[in-house]
Amino acid sequence: MMAPILEVEKLSLATRSKKKLVSNVSFTIGRGESMGLVGESGSGKSLTLRSIIGLLPPGIEQVSANIRCSGRCAMIFQDPIGALDPLCPVVGQLAEVVAYNQKVSRKASRKIAFELLDMLGLPASLKQKDRYPHQLSGGQCQRIVIAMALACKPDILLCDEPTTALDVTVQHQILEIITRLQKELGFAMVFVTHNLAIVSSMCSRLCVMKEGQIIERGDTLTLLQNPQNPYTQRLISSVLPVPDFERRPVL
Amino acid sequence: MKTSLQIEDITVTYGNFTALDHVSLELKQNTTLGLVGESGSGKSTLARVIAGLITPDEGRIVLDSQVLGKRRSREQHKMIQLIFQNPDSSLNPRHTIRQILAEPLLFHKIVNRSQVDKRCKELLARVQIDENSLVRYPHEFSGGQLQRIAIARALSVEPSILIADEPTSALDVSVQLSILELLNALKSELKLTMLFISHDMGVINAISDTVAVMRQGKIVEINQKEKFFSHPETAYSYELLSAVPKMDTIPSDRRFL
Amino acid sequence: MKSIQLDTQLQENRKGKSLLKKVLNTPPLLWGGMMFALLIGVAVFAPVISPYQPSHQNLFAILQPPSTKHWLGTDQLGRDLFTRVIYAARTDLSIMVLAEVIPFCTGVFLGMLAGYYGKWIDTLITLITDTLIAFPFYLIVIIVAFASGAGQKGIYITFILVGWIVYARVIKGLSASFRKQEWIAAAQTLGIPGVKIILRHLLPNVLPQAVVVLMTDMVGLLVAIVTLGYLGIGIAPPTPDWGTMISDGQSFIATAWWLSAVPGCAVVYTGIALSLVGDGLADIWRRK
Repeated sequence: MMAPILEVEKLSLATRSKKKLVSNVSFTIGRGESMGLVGESGSGKSLTLRSIIGLLPPGIEQVSANIRCSGRCAMIFQDPIGALDPLCPVVGQLAEVVAYNQKVSRKASRKIAFELLDMLGLPASLKQKDRYPHQLSGGQCQRIVIAMALACKPDILLCDEPTTALDVTVQHQILEIITRLQKELGFAMVFVTHNLAIVSSMCSRLCVMKEGQIIERGDTLTLLQNPQNPYTQRLISSVLPVPDFERRPVL
Repeated sequence: MKTSLQIEDITVTYGNFTALDHVSLELKQNTTLGLVGESGSGKSTLARVIAGLITPDEGRIVLDSQVLGKRRSREQHKMIQLIFQNPDSSLNPRHTIRQILAEPLLFHKIVNRSQVDKRCKELLARVQIDENSLVRYPHEFSGGQLQRIAIARALSVEPSILIADEPTSALDVSVQLSILELLNALKSELKLTMLFISHDMGVINAISDTVAVMRQGKIVEINQKEKFFSHPETAYSYELLSAVPKMDTIPSDRRFL
Repeated sequence: MKSIQLDTQLQENRKGKSLLKKVLNTPPLLWGGMMFALLIGVAVFAPVISPYQPSHQNLFAILQPPSTKHWLGTDQLGRDLFTRVIYAARTDLSIMVLAEVIPFCTGVFLGMLAGYYGKWIDTLITLITDTLIAFPFYLIVIIVAFASGAGQKGIYITFILVGWIVYARVIKGLSASFRKQEWIAAAQTLGIPGVKIILRHLLPNVLPQAVVVLMTDMVGLLVAIVTLGYLGIGIAPPTPDWGTMISDGQSFIATAWWLSAVPGCAVVYTGIALSLVGDGLADIWRRK
């Protein structure tokens, strides 16, 4: 395995009233690798992800942790519209992040912002006329959020259910974009989701979380085909399959 | 097969926005119609129109050969029941489970006052909730349990048509499966006709007999489930189906029911 | 993320179930409640606590400073100040409570009606509240007090006329937000008529907020009662009342300042007690 870019060792989180939320979670990620963190609501997967970047919600404390990260982190969120400032036009927001992170002039930051827009397939009309988040669709907002994350030139991209709030067709596009960008830019990725089908296509390794602990981990394909833990088995058997359709061109 | 509910040319507009554009559907008795569509396609509006919560601008709804008017009779209200997406907000937070279940029983005079408790317990047993729950409040239950209680309330008035508006999208996958199993069991036990709304193709595949696809307030395709999933007829259905993330490791012919 | 926080809150909420425990965990409510209970206790047991009659005059012992015989001294007619202050609590508090009953009920009901039905009912009720709120409250009080003659009647009539507005406005907003909740839609699907939904479903949900408003509104009402007494158009003498007492003591402010200060402090004390109770109740319901 390549030199790890992120190591999380014995991460434990608890509320102020000492209720344990995450206990003894450890994992490492190599450069350019992608790892999935799956589990149901309340399993502590989002909290684990947030503690990497130091974004724990108020009232939750890190009891013990040893997080070593040798690279820049950026995060994309579940609710794209909520992740943007509603009173600031989107390209302006993006340029600001570029200017702050890449230490370039205002003018240069706008140019880089436009390049990022192209990269994510956002409409060219944004270049002429900037828009506010509520004027864009959820998918477009998520693209802006991803562009903002990329503006940090991340070595690790942390994804917190980035497609849960989106429609299937849009979800498909966003996942394709993330996969493509990862190939082009070579960042590592931690992907938090409850959707096993998504991790199976996005990640090479998988950790299954339940009640704040990693209960099973391994190579995605092996784990999904041959789950050992009964909880993982139940999770996999709960996935409702969609039958294959005949791939014929439609009028 | 007998048609149990007929929706003819329903149109609903909000100002300039057309939420439903001449929608017609037919629900056959004892079958489940799965209604798919993306957000904003008008599927929830349609559910609310059928349940009588929204009055359509045009069109009519025929239930067992009776046309449902603007003001429905008590009996007509009883026949169509709705289950909501968010179990946390579909039960009055200040009522106990007993109050929640007893109200429709007494209002529609399903049983008399002395038998209410017995019937409440039966209803809870039907959705596999412990009968001691009667004295508890909604905030003491998990999402899946709340959804079961909401189902019990809908069934308390013995409806013939059950509309489920994304009943599992707020729930975890393992809970989702158990709710779907429950709904399917109840459907055959109680001879229900069901309209099941979802954006999740896997859920639709698991529960429906017929599939209808909605987009921007219009029905774009109605088809038998098998046909729909193997040979989608319209480009939009095709697009929807191909966007679903696939888990390659699971044989796709596996059925859960 | 949200769901995780909610989960922990739920469980913490489950732990502190009993009402008593909740009250003990809310310092404002605990202290406010104790202060208010003391006040009510003193008002109810006034005849037991004090050996004097509130209107008993003793012209041989006027304007006496506090002593062991007269704890807070005597006024210009030789009446015991302490006795008058606690008897005045009886008058003022009972008017305060009685005058709130009708406005509270009508305000809450009209607010629910406007919030639930919306449309023209909402427009009508909003129109009335906005018109009435445009008049200064004291202007209306003084006009009605003069028209109906001095005494308690003026306060009751004014409050029936305008007191409900506060409740109607708050409860309207709240009901309109509950209106969108799915449990209301569920009740409608079951065919339950509107009035029943309002009384059986909406009322228990808006009542906590209404009680919080009641607490703060009572403070305002108490100040109004006292002000009217001070202006001489409120409660007629010799019935003891804090406002009249402040006004009477004014002439002797240089020599016997306590004559005005003591009833003034009583008003402040009641105000703080009620505000703390309202604050604490709001805290409890917010946590839920």
